Amino acid sequence: MEAMLATPKRSAAQKFLIALPYAWLLVFFLVPFLIVLKISFSESAIALPPYTPLFHLAAGWRGIEDFLAGLSFANYARLGSDPLYVLSYVKSLGIAAVSTLLLLVIGFPIAYGMARTPRRLQAVLVVLVVLPFWTSFLIRIYAWMNILQHDGLLNRLLLALHIVRAPPVWLATDTAIYIGIVYSYLPFMVLPLYAVVEKLDHSLIEAAADLGCPRWKTFWLITLPLSSPGVLAGVLLCFIPIVGEFVIPDLLGGSRAPMIGQTIWMEFFGNKDWPAAAAVAVVLVCLLVTPIVFFQHQAMRAADRS
Amino acid sequence: MHTVGSIQGAASTADGNPRPLLRIDGLTRRFGSVAAVDRLSLDIQAGEFFALLGPSGCGKTTLLRLIAGFERPNAGRILLDGIDLARVPPHRRPLNMMFQNYALFPHLTVADNVAFGLKQEGLARAEIAGRVSDMLALVKLGSFGARKPNELSGGQRQRVALARALVKRPRLLLLDEPLAALDKKLRDATRFELMELQRQLGLTFVIVTHDQSEAMIVADRIGVMDGGRLMQVGTPADIYERPASRWVADFIGDVNLFEGRVGDDRRSVEGTAAGRLVVAAPIEAEPRTAVWVAVRPERMRLARDKPPIPDNCLSGTIVDIGYLGDLSIYQARIADGSRVTAAVANTGRHDETTPQQGDLVWLSFPAEAPIVLLR
Repeated sequence: MEAMLATPKRSAAQKFLIALPYAWLLVFFLVPFLIVLKISFSESAIALPPYTPLFHLAAGWRGIEDFLAGLSFANYARLGSDPLYVLSYVKSLGIAAVSTLLLLVIGFPIAYGMARTPRRLQAVLVVLVVLPFWTSFLIRIYAWMNILQHDGLLNRLLLALHIVRAPPVWLATDTAIYIGIVYSYLPFMVLPLYAVVEKLDHSLIEAAADLGCPRWKTFWLITLPLSSPGVLAGVLLCFIPIVGEFVIPDLLGGSRAPMIGQTIWMEFFGNKDWPAAAAVAVVLVCLLVTPIVFFQHQAMRAADRS
Repeated sequence: MHTVGSIQGAASTADGNPRPLLRIDGLTRRFGSVAAVDRLSLDIQAGEFFALLGPSGCGKTTLLRLIAGFERPNAGRILLDGIDLARVPPHRRPLNMMFQNYALFPHLTVADNVAFGLKQEGLARAEIAGRVSDMLALVKLGSFGARKPNELSGGQRQRVALARALVKRPRLLLLDEPLAALDKKLRDATRFELMELQRQLGLTFVIVTHDQSEAMIVADRIGVMDGGRLMQVGTPADIYERPASRWVADFIGDVNLFEGRVGDDRRSVEGTAAGRLVVAAPIEAEPRTAVWVAVRPERMRLARDKPPIPDNCLSGTIVDIGYLGDLSIYQARIADGSRVTAAVANTGRHDETTPQQGDLVWLSFPAEAPIVLLR
């Protein structure tokens, strides 16, 4: 009994377990990010690696001073002055916002329907939602190229049903990007929504009806507010990766106005300008981390209150 | 109490009784092959406090949900004020329900929970605020309006649920096990508050409960349910003193049952485990019909010596004594090996004259005590 009441001392195994996720984040997130951050303050050079200054530990204190003197904010200044970057950011955030909204509008009825299905069928439905993951993401996007191309499945279907007279252009448009994104990210929206809606107490819906509230209004007044943790999770889970999405706009979208992922790729592989690419990436991370921190803070405060 | 009339739409039925507020007519609700409610008919008058009492799974909650509109009947009708509710969706029914788990909206404050139903009616802001604060005061939660449901105790939550339903001034309030989640002390106090509220507001309450003492205390009439059917409807005294069947007699309180056949004089039952038993009122059955004599334990008298009466005496050995303070429950084994229960009020001092385990005693009851049951 006394041993149980004493302050619990963490064993070595417990400390190791706690340290594990921190070590993971340190090695695979923080260190790479610091490297990218450092590169973003460098200048492009024809060298290997293609930027300067480099960090010479052998030169001692003098080496560090040289290194710090060589850093510059020039890349960041360029981000603001060149409209290419600004337009890229705006387009990425715009596409991410619209597709997240679309995902929410499509995903919520799916999640709600799943949660209202008899329990033994729900497991099957969950498997069906994640079933596309069995196939490579890249292959699925190539399949969409096939479907959306000039004489693809979609146009042939539209022509056969006499919905259109001439085949419309789908590929290399923003519409194709939206189709690809909504298709690819739907499970990431449906699953967190389902997890929350499934736990909703159905008697609350009945209570609302009992108090004179029609169905559609009950959705706005009861179901949606009580699903907000799932909505928030789904929105973050979709919005953040969509902003940085590269494959979908590259394969399905046009080349006129690139999304930010394409811009980074272009700087990195096309222009071989690592510092510029790094600066674009750092700004992107800052743009995304700010809302996460904000929403996390809100969620924590909401959790504290209840 | 009243009979079922046949004329609808008039203020009173042909037999002169006022039209019932709620009429349930041949209602059936099946889940798969099981009928949770089975061809059930029932009238409830305005201003009544009616209890649906039965063991779990008897269909009482399903009946309540059918009235509220959360379940649709397979057959039969529900009429409220003479209007068929079949095509009226739950949110348009002029009745309210208090849910067993209270179903308070966790994201709304107490005041917003209570105001929810009034907002749906599109009332003016000022009127809503007035009615909400009046109602919160009535259930003694005047200073709790700004709290969230999870900041309240179980008893307070129960009051919010009650206030939320009552503030709509429903024609009929349905209460699904409203006190089941409360501890005993609070439950006892709340029972009387419920009765007080019902009288004060002049409303019609239909309560569902599995607790017979709760039903007996609060209700004007009780409907005892089993297997989706009403076994008996009557006042608490009716049901306790004149049960319609062995099942009801056994379900409501404790009872000693003696099986036998009606004697030729129709004032006795012969061949029971306790021999020939005499009853005061003539039995409404042919001689030699199989019947059961039911005697409540508190009508049994217990004595050490043979009582000086000729009939309804049986001897036995005490095998078990349950001391409850106000009462003692004696179990005695009689000649054929069956047990007979007697409840004796502990009016005197508990001393060595009170019967002990293993003592030989005499059990007797007056001829007015037994109820003869035909089924």
